[in-house]
Amino acid sequence: MICQGNGFIKKFNVQGRNFSHAGIVSTKIKEILEEIGIAPAIIRRAAIASYEAEMNIVMYADHAEVILCLSLSAINITFKDKGQGINNIELAMQEGYSTATDEMREMGFGAGLGLPNIKRNADKLDISSSPGKGTTLDVTFYLNGKK
Amino acid sequence: MNNSHYYHSIRIEEDKCNGRMKCMHVCPTQAIRVRNGKAIILEDRCIDCGECITICPEGAIVPLTDPFGELSKFRHTVAIPSPALIAQFGRDILPYEILNGLKKLGFDDAFDLINTCGQVSFAINEYLNEHKGPKPVIFNSCPTVVRLIQVKYPSLIDHIISLNVPREIAGREVKKQKSAQYGLDEKDIGTFYITPCPVKMLSIKQPAEKGRSYLDGAISISDIYGPLLSAMESVERRSYKKSLQNICILGIGWAMVGGISRTLRLKNSLAVSGISEIIKVFNDIEQGKLNHIDFIEAYSCPQGCVGGSLTVENSYISYNKILKIVERLEYEEIKACSDIRYIRKLFAQNYFSMKRKAEPRPLKPLDSNLAAAIQKMREKEEIYESLPKIDCGACGSPTCMTFAEDVVKADAEITDCIFKLADDYKLQLESAKERRTDTDDSNDKGKKEEKNDT
Repeated sequence: MICQGNGFIKKFNVQGRNFSHAGIVSTKIKEILEEIGIAPAIIRRAAIASYEAEMNIVMYADHAEVILCLSLSAINITFKDKGQGINNIELAMQEGYSTATDEMREMGFGAGLGLPNIKRNADKLDISSSPGKGTTLDVTFYLNGKK
Repeated sequence: MNNSHYYHSIRIEEDKCNGRMKCMHVCPTQAIRVRNGKAIILEDRCIDCGECITICPEGAIVPLTDPFGELSKFRHTVAIPSPALIAQFGRDILPYEILNGLKKLGFDDAFDLINTCGQVSFAINEYLNEHKGPKPVIFNSCPTVVRLIQVKYPSLIDHIISLNVPREIAGREVKKQKSAQYGLDEKDIGTFYITPCPVKMLSIKQPAEKGRSYLDGAISISDIYGPLLSAMESVERRSYKKSLQNICILGIGWAMVGGISRTLRLKNSLAVSGISEIIKVFNDIEQGKLNHIDFIEAYSCPQGCVGGSLTVENSYISYNKILKIVERLEYEEIKACSDIRYIRKLFAQNYFSMKRKAEPRPLKPLDSNLAAAIQKMREKEEIYESLPKIDCGACGSPTCMTFAEDVVKADAEITDCIFKLADDYKLQLESAKERRTDTDDSNDKGKKEEKNDT
């Protein structure tokens, strides 16, 4: 982990299928970054990416642990969920691909833009998943210039 | 405590304040602290919404508006009333009576701002048609909303519409016309906005865009209400129907939330009022949830400007009055607005354009040095975790979270928290007890030894 030692670490929990609380964790992350004084452009990207990741958890997972880890050089957010996992990551990364149910689409989600949107906003994205068990997203934003 | 350069339209009268903390709890940006039994405003956090003015039971928080006497400083004075003024009086009193009443009060003239509002509505439509920037576009007539964005949502600055607000356009045009008409200098023409809220005063003294204002002052609706009511008694009355003929439907809607979107028949807009509701909507915009919305009409006061803290009438009654006027104008198809072709021409000439943009004014981070800020954040979390998290406010900070922040920033002591103080007291008590039992034990031993001796 990057933020050992002098970093700031905070853990959050996200409950799957709890749409009324969806978005709270990403808002909290945004507020912490603001208080620490991260550049607004980076905060904006981190806010959008963490919102998308949080929504993926709410829609597809049972439960997840989110770890914000801030060091002098980067913001790293890990979203580790227990849930159905992703069968084909390559496919899931394609824009417009979605396994959302009709119900989710009716609520305005499931356009197949989530993961691609996270990738677009992050400086680095690692995904690992075991179908039936869960998915871990590791998203990084560098503080001193891109990549 | 804080010596920043921001001008505010709200002042606390210290001798009246008895530290009941109602203002501190209601403040949406946590800008109030109570220290030594008196409320104080943290200047950089205040967005001048006026919630504290409305809630203070002692009337200790006062808006800074201009007294009526300011008029004598000018050679020619013009009143520019907010459309919310129309909503303060009974059903039959329409702009015609009110504008004439203002003239009887001592203004040399009264300007029909509703018509300018209608012009700006048309301009909003043109603007949205041409707009290529980030969506949704956020409406800027409410200065509190602009300040909320500057302070808490700096990343949404580019969403703010870059059209000038009607009151400023009116001030500019009045000064231009009147100075030409009377051969006076523009600075001899006094333009006075009749305001439903204190924040408009602020936007005159310190515009968010840092330019200069074309308005010379703001007079509170609540100050002018009584005299205006008497002045209107001697105004010749016209029939309701006849007075309606001169009302621009697009302009009268500016007094209530949703009025602009409704009268422009915007298909993809949201109308929101009340700071806590606006905060929810702005969070959604930041998370990219509202990209499909074109326009957001946001007012800090519930129901829109009719709910301003300096209004007199119950805001539900005044909202309803405006709504009924709009419905009647719709039904009778009265369109007393400027010609759209004329507005298009003005729009192309940048008549409505805002020359400067509002700049972000984000809150200061915990420390300007990143490493130090991270360290303070850790301390703050640690302190927060040790607090009762009931947000009682007894420490003088509105929430346990803000208290933790105040402690880290050395603006408060940890023992200002009564729970911490109690813990501290218990600890002291226990160690005192221990010390006492220690001495008791040795005394006992001494006694036993004495017994043995005998």
